Amino acid sequence: MEPQDTSQDGPTRRFLLECMTWAGTGVLWSVAAGLPQAAMLGSAEAAEAAFSFVQISDSHIGFDKVANPDPLATLHEAVEQIKALAQKPAFVLHTGDITHLSRPAEFDAAQQMIAEIGLPVFYVPGEHDVLDEGRGRAYLDRYGAGSRGAGWHSFEQHGVRYIGLVNVLDLKAGGLGNLGNEQLEWLENTVAGLSSSTPIVVFAHIPLWSVYPEWGWGTEDGARALTYLRRFGSVTVLNGHIHQIMQKVEGNVAFHTARSTAFPQPVPGTAPSPGPVRVAPGELRKLLGTTSVSFVPGRQPLAIVDTPLAG
Amino acid sequence: MRSPLSRRTVACLALPLALVPFVARAAAPVAISIDNFAFTPQVLTVPLGTIVTWKNGDDIPHTIVDTGGAFRSPVLDTDDAFSFTFATVGEYGYFCGLHPHMTGRIIVTRG
Ligand SMILES: [Cu+2]
Ligand SMILES: [Fe+2]
Ligand SMILES: [Fe+2]
Repeated sequence: MEPQDTSQDGPTRRFLLECMTWAGTGVLWSVAAGLPQAAMLGSAEAAEAAFSFVQISDSHIGFDKVANPDPLATLHEAVEQIKALAQKPAFVLHTGDITHLSRPAEFDAAQQMIAEIGLPVFYVPGEHDVLDEGRGRAYLDRYGAGSRGAGWHSFEQHGVRYIGLVNVLDLKAGGLGNLGNEQLEWLENTVAGLSSSTPIVVFAHIPLWSVYPEWGWGTEDGARALTYLRRFGSVTVLNGHIHQIMQKVEGNVAFHTARSTAFPQPVPGTAPSPGPVRVAPGELRKLLGTTSVSFVPGRQPLAIVDTPLAG
Repeated sequence: MRSPLSRRTVACLALPLALVPFVARAAAPVAISIDNFAFTPQVLTVPLGTIVTWKNGDDIPHTIVDTGGAFRSPVLDTDDAFSFTFATVGEYGYFCGLHPHMTGRIIVTRG
């Protein structure tokens, strides 16, 4: 499907959500002065952005079941897609489930493939990345340099503050994703000194908002994290884990989940479980993809564009 | 009349049980299946000394974690199994460490 500009028609957000979820079209999505606006992306608009970064998620290297027997191949396609971007991104965020079973060989394969992008990559772990005996030790040994706790970290680039949170450890029976007290206090301190006009990008594996608690798609103490971010004029929350695009806007906070590069998962409530969806081989790449986020200084809006690997 | 061979078989089968503490007599092993992100049966009552085996039928890995810390499985990929021998009477709540909305309960009786 070709990108089209429907902004003149003032499409409802529901329409756009359906458009994104079902048609997989690139969508320009911006939050300016707290007023969410959405429009199909024209490539000219993307080109004028001052800088951008890319989000990839849920590469699940090591998965070998029917839904995608070769996730390294589809990750490779995602890598090529990023390398071919007209505007070179500043860096890459990987929002977790790098591997499927936290095995050293899986981490190695993912790392080698992602290194081909030739850009700095910032990670947060998914629940599939902390399955080693040390419960996350293997992840930290590889990616934890400069991080705190289970891998939380924060950095600033081009005037935007990025905060990587870990919500896949110490999960409680019957519960959802979990940040924990220590990390929440660290978050509070991290943003305490920042001006409210600083654009904030938070990234974590499990959605911080309640997407579908029946399948565990949410974070127990995510709401508390958001109270520390409420005063900021522009907050963008990027998540993975659910292997499909979902978004919502609450005040100045824009929530967005990325596609997986490995396999799709069902739309909430449409299947008996959140397990991998098996589709015809020709359909798979329409349901996988990468996410590009653009920022234009002085214009404030962050534009989020999801691009499928094919079709 | 029993043959010497079957007597030997019985002796061999009895040996592992002798290594398990606090088990007075053999209880039949019980299986719990993991399918569609759910434990079946979700609530299970077994006599003391029962070996319970969980087997993962999903194409996503799961783990078995006792809320009280009595047992914790390694990650179970598709068709992997984990067994635990319940040698203490009581109630055990457990969940999947990856998908904590998956919960189950085992009640161990004196038998
Ligand atoms: Cu599970
Ligand atoms: Fe995942
Ligand atoms: Fe996940």
